[in-house]
This record gives sequence, C-alpha cells and structure tokens, in this order.
Amino acid sequence: MVLLKNLLAGLRSLFQKARVEREMDEELGEFLDATVKEKMRRGMNREAALRAARIEMGGVEAVKEQVRAASWESRIETLWSDLRFGARLLRLNPVFAGAAILSLALGIGANTAIFQLLDAVRLRTLPVKNAQEIARVAIDHRNGASGNFSTRYPDLTYAMWEQIRAQQQGFSGVFAWGPNPFNIAPGGEVHNVQGLWVSGEFFSTLGVEPVLGRLLSVEDDQPGCGSPGATISYSFWQREYGGERSVLGRTLTVNRHPFPIIGVAPADFYGVEVGRYFDVAVPLCAEPIITGEDSRLKSRSGWWLSVMGRLKPGWTVERAATQLRAISPGLFEATLPPEFNPGNAKHFLQYKLGAFAADSGLSDLRRDYEKPLWLLLALAGLVLLIASANLANLMLARASAREKEMAMRMAVGASRGRLIRQLLVESLLLAGIGAALGALLARSLSHVLVASLSTQSDPLFVELGTDWRVLGFTTALAMLTCILFGLAPAMRATNVAPGLALKESGRGTTQGRSPFALRRILVVSQIALSFTLLVGALLFSRSLNNLAGLDAGFRQSGILVADIDFTTLNLANEGRIAFANDLLRRVRAIPGMDAATIAEIVPLSGNGINHDILLGETGEPEGDAPVATFNRVSPGFFETLQTRLLGGRDFDEHDAAKTPNVAIVNETFAKKFAKGTNPLGMKFRVRTLGTVSTPYDVVGLVKDTKYGELREDFQPIVYTAIAQFDHPDTDAQILMRSNGPLQNLMAAVKSTANEVNPNMDISFFTFHKMIEDGLLRDRLMARLSGFFGLLAVLLAVIGLYGVISYMVARRRNEIAIRVALGAGRESIVKLVLGEAGALLGVGLVIGAVLALSGGKAAGSMLFGLKPWDVTTFALSILLLTSVSVLASFLPAARAARSDPMHALRQE
Amino acid sequence: MTKNSVKSAKPGALVQGTLDMLILKTLELQPMHGYGIAIRIEQISKSVFQVNPGSLFPAFRRLERAGWLASEWRETENNRRAKYYALTGLGRRQLKGETREWARQAAAIARILQAES
Repeated sequence: MVLLKNLLAGLRSLFQKARVEREMDEELGEFLDATVKEKMRRGMNREAALRAARIEMGGVEAVKEQVRAASWESRIETLWSDLRFGARLLRLNPVFAGAAILSLALGIGANTAIFQLLDAVRLRTLPVKNAQEIARVAIDHRNGASGNFSTRYPDLTYAMWEQIRAQQQGFSGVFAWGPNPFNIAPGGEVHNVQGLWVSGEFFSTLGVEPVLGRLLSVEDDQPGCGSPGATISYSFWQREYGGERSVLGRTLTVNRHPFPIIGVAPADFYGVEVGRYFDVAVPLCAEPIITGEDSRLKSRSGWWLSVMGRLKPGWTVERAATQLRAISPGLFEATLPPEFNPGNAKHFLQYKLGAFAADSGLSDLRRDYEKPLWLLLALAGLVLLIASANLANLMLARASAREKEMAMRMAVGASRGRLIRQLLVESLLLAGIGAALGALLARSLSHVLVASLSTQSDPLFVELGTDWRVLGFTTALAMLTCILFGLAPAMRATNVAPGLALKESGRGTTQGRSPFALRRILVVSQIALSFTLLVGALLFSRSLNNLAGLDAGFRQSGILVADIDFTTLNLANEGRIAFANDLLRRVRAIPGMDAATIAEIVPLSGNGINHDILLGETGEPEGDAPVATFNRVSPGFFETLQTRLLGGRDFDEHDAAKTPNVAIVNETFAKKFAKGTNPLGMKFRVRTLGTVSTPYDVVGLVKDTKYGELREDFQPIVYTAIAQFDHPDTDAQILMRSNGPLQNLMAAVKSTANEVNPNMDISFFTFHKMIEDGLLRDRLMARLSGFFGLLAVLLAVIGLYGVISYMVARRRNEIAIRVALGAGRESIVKLVLGEAGALLGVGLVIGAVLALSGGKAAGSMLFGLKPWDVTTFALSILLLTSVSVLASFLPAARAARSDPMHALRQE
Repeated sequence: MTKNSVKSAKPGALVQGTLDMLILKTLELQPMHGYGIAIRIEQISKSVFQVNPGSLFPAFRRLERAGWLASEWRETENNRRAKYYALTGLGRRQLKGETREWARQAAAIARILQAES
C-alpha cells in the first residue's frame, strides 16, 4: 500500500512535473516569507532580513535539488535527461546513428532469429501437463535389426507395443503412435495431410483436453474396429472447416475410408513431435483397413511405432528403464518374428528395452538441424562481435573528438563516474534501439528460416513464440554489445586531464599511443573474425557445389514421377503386373514422352530395400551374409534415367514370372561380389528374412548410381525385373522423361489414367525438386554462412578503412614534411599500405588459427572437402587481402595527393 | 582526556537520523506547515537545534514517501496558503517505535558514559 503510494507520488512528480515544481516553489517561498517576517519582527529592516533568510536557506534551487534527490524518481530523471542528451547527440549525427543501429539490428536480429528456432526445437518442453514426466520407450542400441521400417520413428512393432503395455510398471500410462500421411481426397488426385496413428491411451496419457467433442480413447481403439472416429487438430478444424461446430459427426475420407469426426484437439497441441504438426489422428486399430494388405498390425517384422509414457509419481527414467530391461528377454522371445532366420533372431533376442527422457518430445528436425543451428548461432555471434568492434571504433573516434567537452565538464565538477554513466547511456540507447529493431526483424527472419526448411511434401511447423528465454537472450545481447562497444570508449573518453586538454589549442597532442593501439587491436580482431567467417562461408558453398555438381550416375532434370494407386480396383495378384504394364504402355504413348519406366524405388527418395546376398546356387553361410540394396524396375529404367549400360542387356518383355530370375548389377556390386571380374553370367540368391530365393542370373552391368542420398558412397545395387516379383504392389510408380513442360505432362498422365479407370489415386512429384529438397540443409548453411561472411568482410573492411583514414589524418604533418622533403608519392602510398598490411597480416594469422580450430565443428556437415581445405583458405586470404588493399589504398592515395603546404599551414 | 583529542559536536547539528523523529514528534499534536515545524523544533529545544531548510524539506519528502506524513494545502492563520503536514496512523506507530528505541539507546549510552573507568 505504502509502496503503491510512493510509486504513484513518484509517477505524479514525473508526469505532472510543472505542478509539483510549482508547489515546491510556493512552499519554499512561504517558508522564506515567514522567516523574513520573523526577522523583521525582531527588528531587522526588510533588506537585511531578506538577505539573512536567504543565507540561512542556502539557495532555493539547491534545496529543491536536495528534495528531488530524496525520492526515487530523480534517478529516472537523470537517466531520462542523459537519454535525451544522448538522443540529441545521435540526431545531430544521423549517419553514425543510422549505421550503428542498422548493424546492431541486423546482428541482434540474426542471432535472435536463430536462437528463437533453437529455443523452439531444442529448449522448450512439450505443450502438455508436467512434460518432465514424459519418457520414450525404445530399444537401447538397436543394431542389425531386420524387417520393414516405415514412419519417421520405427522404434517398435505392434506386438512389442502390446507386450510393453501389459508388462510395464514404471508408467501411469503408456501409448503408441506413428506419423503417416493420410490421403483425404475422396478420389482422383491425392490430397495428403499430416496424419497420426495413435493408441487409445494417447490423449489421456498426455493429459490433453478436447476443445470440441471428445478425443480418441481406449474404447475407440479396439482390435478389429473398422473405421471408428477420427480426432482432428485445431488448425485443421479452422483450415478445412472454418472452425464450425457442426464439424462433429461429419465424415472425413482417409485413404478412401469414411471416418466420422468425433472431436477437436486444443489449439496449442501439435502432437509429440517438435517441428511437425498433425491434422488427423485415427486409432491404431484402423490401420488394417487404411493400409490394406500391407498392414503392419499383424506383421511382427513391421517396425512403425514409437512408444511413450508418463512416469508414475516417484519413478525416475532410470528406474523405469531398469524394469523394462528386466522384462526384455521374455518380451523379445514372445514377439520374435517367425520368418526370421537364425542370424536375425540372434540379434533380436539380445535386444534390451530402455527408457529415455522425452520432455521435449521427438524431433527429426532437431536431430538434423540442432548442430547446424548452434553453428549458425556461433557465426551470427561472430558477426555481432565484428559489428560491435566497428561501433567501438566509431565511438573511439568520437571520444577523441569530444575530449574537450569531457575536459570542460570535468573542470566544472562532473565526476568521472557520472560522465562514464552518461556515455554508457548513450551506448545503451543505441543498443536498445538496435535490439528492439532486431527483435522485430527476428520475428520475420525466423519465419523465413522455418519456411526455407519446409517443403511441400514435408511441411514443418515450429511454434515460434517469444518466450522468456528469447527475450532474455535478446536483452543479454543488447547489454553485452553495449558494454563491448561502449565501455572502453567511455573509459577512454573520460581519461583526460582537464587542465592539459583545455590548454592545448592545437589538435590531438594529448592523444597518447594507447587509444590508437586499442583501435588497431579492434581492427585486427575484426579481420581475424571475418576471415573465419569467410572460410566458413566458402567451405559451405563449396560443399554445396560439390553436392549439386556431383555425378549421381543418372539424369536429374526433366523427370516426372507419377504414383498411380489402383488399390481401389481390388485386382488379384496375377492381374496387377499386366495392369501396370498397360498403364505404362499408355503413358509411353503420350506425345512428347521420351521414355518411361516403372520403379519400386525412386533413387534418392530415402526409401530403400536391402537383402542378404548368397553367392552361388546352393549353400548358406554360417554367419552374417553380405548385404546389397535392391530396386525392382521395368524395362527402360536405365534409358529413362540415362544411366549407362556397361555390359549385357536391359530387361525385356521376355523376363516374366515363368522365366528364370535375372538381375542387372552396378559396378560396386561387381567390385564387391565378382572381385572386379566381369559379373555377367554370375549367379546368386537373395535371402529375405528366413526365405531364400531361386538363383538369379546376372544379365547386365550398369554404371554406379547413388541410391539413398547424395552424400553416401556408391552401394552395391541389384536391379530385378518387376515382372518377376511375386508380390506385386497395387500401385505403379512411373518415372517419365520428357523435354516438354512437366506441367503439361501431368495433365496428360491424369487424363490417360482417367481413361483407364477414373477410380484411381494419382500423385506427382518432380525428380529434380525431390533431389533439391534433399539438399535443403546444405543450401541453408551455404546461404546463411555466405550472408554472414559477406557482412563480416564488409564490416571489417569498413573498420580497416576507418582506422587507416584516421592514421593518415593523425600523421598528416609527418606525411606533409616527408613530401616537402622530397618523398615520392609511391613511398607515401607504400608507407600507408605497409601499416594496413601489418594489421591485415596479424589478423589473417589469428583468423587462420581460429578457422582451423572452429572448422572441426563443421567437418561432418561438409561434403567432398575437409575443414582445412587449402584452396578455401587460399581463396579467403586472396579475397580479404584484395578488399583490404582496396580499402586502404583510398586513404593512402589521398595522403599522397595532399598538398604538403596546406597541411603544414594549418598547424 | 586531553583537550585536543576530541572535537566537540558542532552546536545545532543534529545527530544523524534524529531529524525524522523530531519532525514526527512535532506533528504529534496537530498538523503544521514547514516554517511552523522548524520554529517549533528550535523553540522546544531552546535553540539547541536549528533546522536548516536544506535538510527539512528533503525530510518532508522522504517521510511523505514512506507513508508517515500526509500533506495538504490549507489557509494559514494570516490568510495565506501553506502546505500542512500531518501524522498518519503509520507515522504515529513509527514515532512510538522510534521513541522507545531512542530511550533505550540513550539510557544505554548514558550508562556507558557514567560508568567508572
């Protein structure tokens, strides 16, 4: 209460200043009057009484000042007047203020944006109650696992989930879930949304409450449930249904099966996967009707689920892990896939379950981007350092210009501390405005950053709120930069002997060596840091170049992929290949089509198949068999992708179900399995889990191509004829090459498919775009580090230019005397450039050391070059040296051109 | 005790921190304006304490902010406007506490000074 009154009174005297002042004047005037009257009553005349009273009082203004100092608001007033003074100085110097604020805003903005992203994907916990209780259940150090892996988190199989749910003790609730794209189009072109498989315990364990209707529960998730309800996310509700309450009971088509919508999840709940979102959640029991014959529910070798739980009170992650470890032997015994061969089973039975803290959820975004983001934050931090050094340099220059002012103020009684405080307030003003603008900038920058990581097929969602960590980070940055660029110049500026400074009428004789030494140190560190950033920028852009220019072994442009799904036609096994071939024939007949083929795996899509290779026609090895990757293709695959056939033949129509198995292999396969000899005619069998195929005959050899991703080494690849596969898919993935616009091709493929049967689902993507999307991270690193590098070099060069210009101005007399005594222009230029060269040289050496030690962090992100790449270093040195020479040549030339008499006369 | 070893206290200067207490005490009976308070302190102390406006007015501001004094503008006895200060409930309690503490300390100091050494 008292505090409040104090606050109010203080605010009153701040905002009703005139009135409070008036009252104070009146009160003191009254006091003075009364004193005078009293003295006159005692017999003094008016004059003498007034004089005596005034002496007693000691000056009205002084008393007022003392009264003001008795309350807190006076401090604010001093600060305020300092701020106003600072603002006035900055207004008088708009170029300096503008440059300072802009560089700070950019530096702080970039840092804040990156930190905001890091905060969102790394530091924040899941948007659920008591997130610290959430843990993930998975196999500890799983290696040598076999089976079918699908979804982003293929931790466990359905059978394991059932066992864990039944036997675990450490969790008050456990749930299983898996992300999956759902096609919600009723037919025709596919419209995929972000879907979730969730077990009945998902929402209740996480403690999520519906905003409308109800969420999926255990009752909804009963085996054999058919198509029960679906829960949709808040954003999906808003986007697709305009937030209408009538959405309850409406039907959503998921992969052509109707699901009634039973409820809407709250707005802030995006799931348990940071960086992603979900649109639709359906219970696990609905998986068989959605996935059809490939259902993973009953398959013991189908890995597709992630299991998480909420720890019981008093249970720690370690204790839960111990219990899970104890039940592991029996659990894996009970869930052993019957189709496993002894080798697979041996690995499988040794698995141990573990529990892992998951308070911040799961995130493949975090896995892929956490390290790059920290690295980018470090780079952005260096840029801010360079910007601060530049500002410090500017402030130092101003400090020497204001030497007289400071001396004068100290002479009339200001303390050094007071002056430093005032100068720091000025810096604080710059830092504050810079930080405020930077924070604004960061909001858009971080959204741009997320958008640049998001692709159409793989959309991201990052909750980019400004929380206390982000605010604290920005404030800390502002304070830090303020101290970095403000403190040393303020100390320097106030370190004057007033008498000496005022006596000197000439220029700058009081400037000792040290301020200039400080400026040199600043420039050297700027050069060193910008060199480090330049090396980083060049490393990442050269790495991206390596990846983009890499010969992957196939053509990347002008190729369209269409996935035509004919599941709804319910074709029998035998009819599918003929149907797909018929589709392919029709697609090939489209005008402008250069080549087309069907392939099971699109190279670089991230999908893959691998199996054991058993060499020869009989026998089985004791231990682990060597592994190769596989693709099932139709004739024309190599022609479509323009992969060179090195020997033998392509598949043709004669390779069919009834003819002997044939295979085409790549060079790496030949190297590995045929020991470099000609592999044509070689025989091998393929072991799939427990079953071994009939022998394959190698009929062709093709050039190496990348299989899973661009960064990998070439792998041994076996191509088999899709016509010889005994479990044909119910979709045809057709790769088409055409010189025409792919847009037209899409329309033509759609109408062709419609002619065959309008009841099929079609989706498209372009091969080139898919590969580009795979290089997202590399492109991001190259672009951002390039931007930072450029900025850093620009700032450092400005710094160097400033210092050299200053040096030239300071040594004007000396240079003039030299010229007057007959020194040539070249020798003057040489003198100045020598100075710049020394700074540059020291900076480069320190920078190289920094770059070498910092490069390790970037090592794993680079492709085709090492962090100590000599060419990159040479290029960086060349670049930085040439711009530095340019920047110092200008003041050097000016110095050489100057008229010596003019300079000397001014003295 | 030699003559030069101790500087006698400057006449009229207040012991640190006692001005606040004296102001509160002066206002115990009735609200007064600034000059009245100064005169009253001088009179009652028989001119031992002379209160200087440079410390009196800051003290008013301080005590008002602490919630011990309230102020209002009123007519004086000779029809002029003056700012009157009055003790608040909180101020009254504060005065009681300070008086008690002062008595305790003064007695203690007196005992020490009178002790035979």
